[in-house]
Amino acid sequence: MHYFIGDLGHFFVITSFVTALVSAFSYFKATMSRDLALQASWRRNGAAAFYVHAVSVLGICVSLFVIIANHYFEYHYAYSYSDKKLPSYYLISTFWNGQEGSFLLWMFWHVVLGLVLIHTNRFWEASVMTIFALVQAFLASMILGVVLPLVDFRVGSSPFILLRDVMQDAPVFKMDPEFVPQDGNGLNPLLQNYWMVIHPPTLFLGFAATLVPFSFCLAGLWLGKFKDWVRPALPWALFGGAVLGLGILMGGYWAYETLNFGGYWNWDPVENAVYVPWLILVAAIHTMIIYKNSEAALKVSIILVIAVFILILYSTFLTRSGILGDSSVHSFTDLGLSGQLLVYLGFFSLTAIVLCIIRWNKIPSSDKDVSVYSRELWVFIGVLVLCLMGFHVLVPTSFPVWNKIVSLFGGSSNMAPPADQVGFYTRSQLMYAVVIAILSGIGQYFWWKKIEGKQLWKEIQFPLILSVLLFLVLAQFIFSQYGSEIFQKPSYLIVLFAGIFTISLNAKILFSLLRSSPGLSGGAVAHIGVGLMLLGILFSAGFSRVVSLNNTGLIYSREASDEFNRENLLLFVNEPRTMAGYKIEYKGPRLEPRHASGFVNPNDVEFTDDPFRVVAEKNIALKGDTVYHKGDTFEIMAENRYYEVVLTSANGKTHTLYPRIQDNPNMGMAASPDIKRDVGRDLYAHVILRSEPEEAEWSKVEEIKVKAHEDFFANDYVCSLESVERIFSVGNTPLDSTDVAVKASIRLKGEYQDYFAEPIFIIRNRMVGRIPDEVPDLGVKLTLNNIHPETSQFSIGVMTRQKDYIVLKALDKPLINVLWIGTFLLMTGLIIAIVRRYREFTKMKEKGLE
Amino acid sequence: MKKSHIIVLTVIAAAIGILISSAGDASTYVGFSEAYAMATTGNRKDIHVVGELKKDGNGNIIGIEPGRDMVSFSFVMIDEQGKEQRVMYNQPMPQDFTKSEKVVVIGSYDGDAFRASKILLKCPSKYQEQKVNV
Repeated sequence: MHYFIGDLGHFFVITSFVTALVSAFSYFKATMSRDLALQASWRRNGAAAFYVHAVSVLGICVSLFVIIANHYFEYHYAYSYSDKKLPSYYLISTFWNGQEGSFLLWMFWHVVLGLVLIHTNRFWEASVMTIFALVQAFLASMILGVVLPLVDFRVGSSPFILLRDVMQDAPVFKMDPEFVPQDGNGLNPLLQNYWMVIHPPTLFLGFAATLVPFSFCLAGLWLGKFKDWVRPALPWALFGGAVLGLGILMGGYWAYETLNFGGYWNWDPVENAVYVPWLILVAAIHTMIIYKNSEAALKVSIILVIAVFILILYSTFLTRSGILGDSSVHSFTDLGLSGQLLVYLGFFSLTAIVLCIIRWNKIPSSDKDVSVYSRELWVFIGVLVLCLMGFHVLVPTSFPVWNKIVSLFGGSSNMAPPADQVGFYTRSQLMYAVVIAILSGIGQYFWWKKIEGKQLWKEIQFPLILSVLLFLVLAQFIFSQYGSEIFQKPSYLIVLFAGIFTISLNAKILFSLLRSSPGLSGGAVAHIGVGLMLLGILFSAGFSRVVSLNNTGLIYSREASDEFNRENLLLFVNEPRTMAGYKIEYKGPRLEPRHASGFVNPNDVEFTDDPFRVVAEKNIALKGDTVYHKGDTFEIMAENRYYEVVLTSANGKTHTLYPRIQDNPNMGMAASPDIKRDVGRDLYAHVILRSEPEEAEWSKVEEIKVKAHEDFFANDYVCSLESVERIFSVGNTPLDSTDVAVKASIRLKGEYQDYFAEPIFIIRNRMVGRIPDEVPDLGVKLTLNNIHPETSQFSIGVMTRQKDYIVLKALDKPLINVLWIGTFLLMTGLIIAIVRRYREFTKMKEKGLE
Repeated sequence: MKKSHIIVLTVIAAAIGILISSAGDASTYVGFSEAYAMATTGNRKDIHVVGELKKDGNGNIIGIEPGRDMVSFSFVMIDEQGKEQRVMYNQPMPQDFTKSEKVVVIGSYDGDAFRASKILLKCPSKYQEQKVNV
């Protein structure tokens, strides 16, 4: 038992909580005191406490990581989310697999951002850090794991809790409290993916970044500096928009690569819960930019910046309180933190709202009425559309909360999210996206050109004509590819046009900006990115097709649905079919060695009692090099089975796909696709069903009498008896002198190679024994049944079964790369804007204005 | 009337529209009896049913039958009112299915059988899991 490290970690948790409170209090005093000397000393106190807090948070992370990396399974966290077989880079994912670890990750980023703020912004330090430190205190309380005396209420859930304290009723701990499990439960196989190493830190950095503008905004309201907070907050809002957006997309990409629903976005409540704050954050960025240019929309900016952070807290509540249990595919465990999460959400919502109400009349606002041609109006309408877009997702996602509230007041409400959530959200969100695309095209002209109504037409004439032409060309192309399907879906045409429209209008702006002031081009680049994303989504989702069509003319199973019979490809080993212009052939299951890259044919190895170790039966080459020699024992990833599928195109080029099925005894089965990526499209294939050779039904034994070198047939393959020889040991067991054993060597001519079966006939203690041999690829099992010396013939028992097969589903996803390119441009645009706004801020700082 | 007022009114109208339309598109959580009654009156909308898998006295799950094609399966579920119903699902058994503490099926009645188009699982909270793999 390693008590020390857990105690140390817990000590750091408590220290981090206390120091966060001390820091918040000191910074609060520093903000409130009028005396300059007192102010300075309180601020030093606050900073010092925050530094101690930072060290403790780091200490918690290191302690937890030590526990995970050293496999201290007496700790619940290590036992639940890791095991000894887990490769070391996935131990990092273990760190944030549990809720406690993800709270820790969130705290870590707050610490990093807090330290950056302390060092870059002296003027705002005390007020902003008060809010920062308070948030940290709330987060630290989530992992405190302390039971309050008297009321017997457990505050937070500590990552350092021992397994025996979690499972107090388990008999093994009653017998021996010092019991330490030999191995852990393991990481969910779906999370064993490199995206799960980088997606959570990115997402939580995005979460953390939204705290910065929120803190500046509250500090501005608090200090009465209603306008000044916008300048330092804007680069951080842009940073948050970029990182949060990237984090969300990484999650989508993980789902695309790992889960088998065939897409990157499923409109699950968990996804919605981060999508909505991101939309509102983008809206807030736009109103802040309006304000910087024309002193309008300050109040809206304040409301939106506050709303973003409250929505982040709300999404944390939704995803961690277990309230979505009946409406989300993701299974959440309720750590009993619901109350604490509600207090966290309520505290900051109330503080912000009350502060707003108190200061509302003092916040300057412009009384000018908006003119139709004012540039602010167009951006502002766009902002409103973004807000409605978010609202439309927020409402159905919040049904479970609504039901809960109604039942608290004694009523009953049984509203459930729409049954077809993908259809529901796609319809409404696409409509908003079209409006946004068109506004962001036209709005840019009002923004940069400061034009009147009639000039607009002159300005956009050329890009408009260009986009109509492009639209016609693309529509024609779609028509040729997909037929009249396109005309049954006019909404697709509208989305297509909107995407092209915003790209070409923004492209014109971009070119003129690149000539005059490239530093200002962030907006144009980001909007082109949005247009490309829209097109990429339209094609890859709207025109995604199942290509694994059953072209045999036969149904696989009468009991199965029509869809199953029509849209899947049944592939027997080594029997080619055609699919989407390729020759497709299943080559058999493959194993994944742990310490080498490549795949190993299970026929080339012998399995041992340890599922993680196999012995090479012959020299095994991976990628041309012989990695394992005959007799070598090596480790494999026992849970992973890959299915080698070779695609050959008309020009003879081949590509091998390795879709995967993971079998985890604790977690069940999970299928992941493999993707063939081309410039213009992805081919996305996953195994939906595989044969289970252990459960296969064998035919009745057919006995054949053959002489040496005589051909016979088994399962339609030509076989010949090559030789029969006496052997003196079976496996590792030597035989006595009175025993007789012979081994037949039978050659089977497969499609691509010859296989050898070596059944054994044995007489021991006057008892006859037969050891059959199986050739799995051919579905044949041969037994040496008898020897007839009088005719020099041998009786061979032939058993056959259905050959190994997989049922494959494959989808064509055209132009999905346009979506990724669009994402990349959106991020680039945001980065350009961050640089620009940060320069503005540092200039003002140098002038001593902030 | 100022233009900004028109904008505010439009936004409020749109928000109310969203609320009404979302409520209209909402599915509902019901029991099997109610779902059956809905289906017989011709309401074919997909609904949510919350319940548990049927277990025998020893806590073993009973009533799971694989489909003949191996990719579909059916199981017996008991809803919150205690009504038992066989549920058909046209896809392979989801990960963690047999370990789930609560099951939510989304679908509708097709004759006497309930056809689920989607299954959500609620897995046991780790603080309730009292089994250690030794």
